[in-house]
Parts: sequence; C-alpha cells; structure tokens
Amino acid sequence: MHEYSIVQSLVDSVGAAMNATPDAVVLRVRVEIGDLSGVDVDLLTTAFETFRDDTCCAQAELLIERVSTQWVCPACDRPIASGAILKCPDCNEPARLTAGDEILLRQIEMEVPDVPGLRLR
Amino acid sequence: MCQDCGCGDPEVVPVKVQQKILARNDRTAAHNREHFLGDGILAINLMGSPGAGKTAVLEATGCALPNPKKVAAIAGDLATENDANRLIAAGIRSKAITTGQACHLDAELVHRSLHHFDVDGVELLFIENVGNLVCPAVYDLGQALNVVALSITEGEDKPLKYPTMFMKADLVLLTKADLLPHLPFVNVDAITDALARVMPTPRVISVSARTGFGIEAWIRWLSAERTKALEKFEVYA
Repeated sequence: MHEYSIVQSLVDSVGAAMNATPDAVVLRVRVEIGDLSGVDVDLLTTAFETFRDDTCCAQAELLIERVSTQWVCPACDRPIASGAILKCPDCNEPARLTAGDEILLRQIEMEVPDVPGLRLR
Repeated sequence: MCQDCGCGDPEVVPVKVQQKILARNDRTAAHNREHFLGDGILAINLMGSPGAGKTAVLEATGCALPNPKKVAAIAGDLATENDANRLIAAGIRSKAITTGQACHLDAELVHRSLHHFDVDGVELLFIENVGNLVCPAVYDLGQALNVVALSITEGEDKPLKYPTMFMKADLVLLTKADLLPHLPFVNVDAITDALARVMPTPRVISVSARTGFGIEAWIRWLSAERTKALEKFEVYA
C-alpha cells in the first residue's frame, strides 16, 4: 500500500510550502488524483488521517478532486473511450493520455496569525 | 490580520502550489537517469506479479548473452536476497535491495544502492522491482524503459485489472510460454486484446526461461532500445 508513502511526500511538500509562515495552521490540503494514477483515493484518505498527527497537517482536512481518464487521438483530437482499443479508428495513431494520471498538490489553505504586512498569494 | 475590517481575526489564506506530490522522487529519478545514460547504461525497470518469472527471465538472459559482464541487476525484495543470489549464480553482477515493509522501489532506494555497486563496463542494468502489479507503477526510478513480465497462467484480463501498470509498459514479456500446450483455456489473442485496451503502443514478446524460447528476440529488442536511448540522450545532452 503505497498511499502511506504518497502521504509522507504530501506532508513534506506542505511543510516545505509553509517555510515562510511557520506559525500558520493548515486547514485544508487540496489534491488532484487521476483515475489512472495508481493511487486509491479511499486509501489515501485513510493514510492521511492516520499519518497527519504530529505533522504540519495535524489539523488539516484532505480534499481530493478525482480526475477522469481522457484518451485522445494526437492527430485529429478524437476522444477515445477508456476500455476501447487505444488507437484512433480514423488515423490509426496510438492514443495519447491527456488526463487521468495526476498526483498533484494543488492548494493549501492556512490560517495565518496576525502578522502585519504579511501578504500571500 | 483580517484585511477587510481589521477585526484582528486570523486570516484564512489559500496558497496555490500546483506541484507533483512525488516531485522529490522524480528529481532523484532524473538524477539516476542522467547517470545511467551518461555512463552508456540502459536501465530497465522490470515489474510484474510475484511469481511472474522476472528473475527466471533474467537468469535466462544472463545465460544467453555472450558477455554477461555487460549486464548487472538490482533486485528488490521485501525480505530476502534470494533473487540477487540466483542472478549472481547465473553470472550476473547483482545486488539486493531489501525493502522491509515497502511494496515498491523508489528512486532514492535505487540511488543509494548504486553508491555501493560497481557498474563499470555495464551496458544493461535491470532493476527487478518488488513483485506487485500496483505500487511499483507509481514511482519513477530513473529507468529508460519499463518492462512488465506477465505469465500466461495469470489470467487473460490482468492488463484490464491493473491498467496503470500496463499503460506505463514499453514492453510486456509474456512469460512461461512453454506451458501454453498444457493450458487449453488460455487464449493468447485475448491477452493481446486486453493489452491493446490499456497500452497505446502494445509490444509483446513471448518468452520461456526454461526452453530459451523468445530470449534472443528479447535481447535484440534490448540492444536496439539501448542504441535508441543513447542516441536520444546525446542529442539532448
């Protein structure tokens, strides 16, 4: 179950992004997980909830946006359905994956204490 | 402080990150890849279920090569060094990575193992991953190519059940081909059809480690891919 190792990397990434604001509290972590990424979202949630204690994400909620698989013909842009033969019936070109393999950290929402002049984007 | 009314409440700030969660692994993998190709080594990430015949194919490859000194292997295993020892007995310079509880190799494990492994003069490096059709597909190790060993006894729909693994494969080795006459219900066409539904460019070589069937074709494929990979590396280097 590699989801624990994904969560370790996720927490490290959040920690690195928090370097400038060590006193901030992470409230939400938004990630994108593709259906063909090899990551199970339920296991990822369980792993996050198990692992977050004593980390910068101890009070954080994990919000997962699933991304559907999309195959297209690189020559004519015709969509090719998941489960079909991955070759364009018109052009005979091998299909290209345009979405569905994401394992991305998208956004961190944090509560920033009263620090005059601090501006974050 | 709250920017709107100055009430003194802490502010909730969204910070856009938009980065790969495994970015650190990917950086180490890129470092490994540069070392491999810079040293003229084609690195193969060999994956497959436990018992698919990964080690047996490598043993047969070592025996069939005119100069096995040009081949080396790193064998990932949860608990033993058995696979690495088998490969050493077959004349292949080998090293074990014992992962403990980890179900896959990652780029850092490979990188660390290379620090204590002499690959001087090696042209082909096989990284035999932990037997598993799920987790190893997620981690880039710095390999030039992914190869999946799928034994004909595993079920015709295995590629449909584990699409991520097969989608990432540059080649599928259909192993234990010598058993086919004893398996009247196994339809090889059904396996290739399943592969075509998860691999945009399906490439399959049937092999038997026991009889040596297909091993020459596999070695020819490796040699051609090494030439291609090194040419590409020199163009972009």
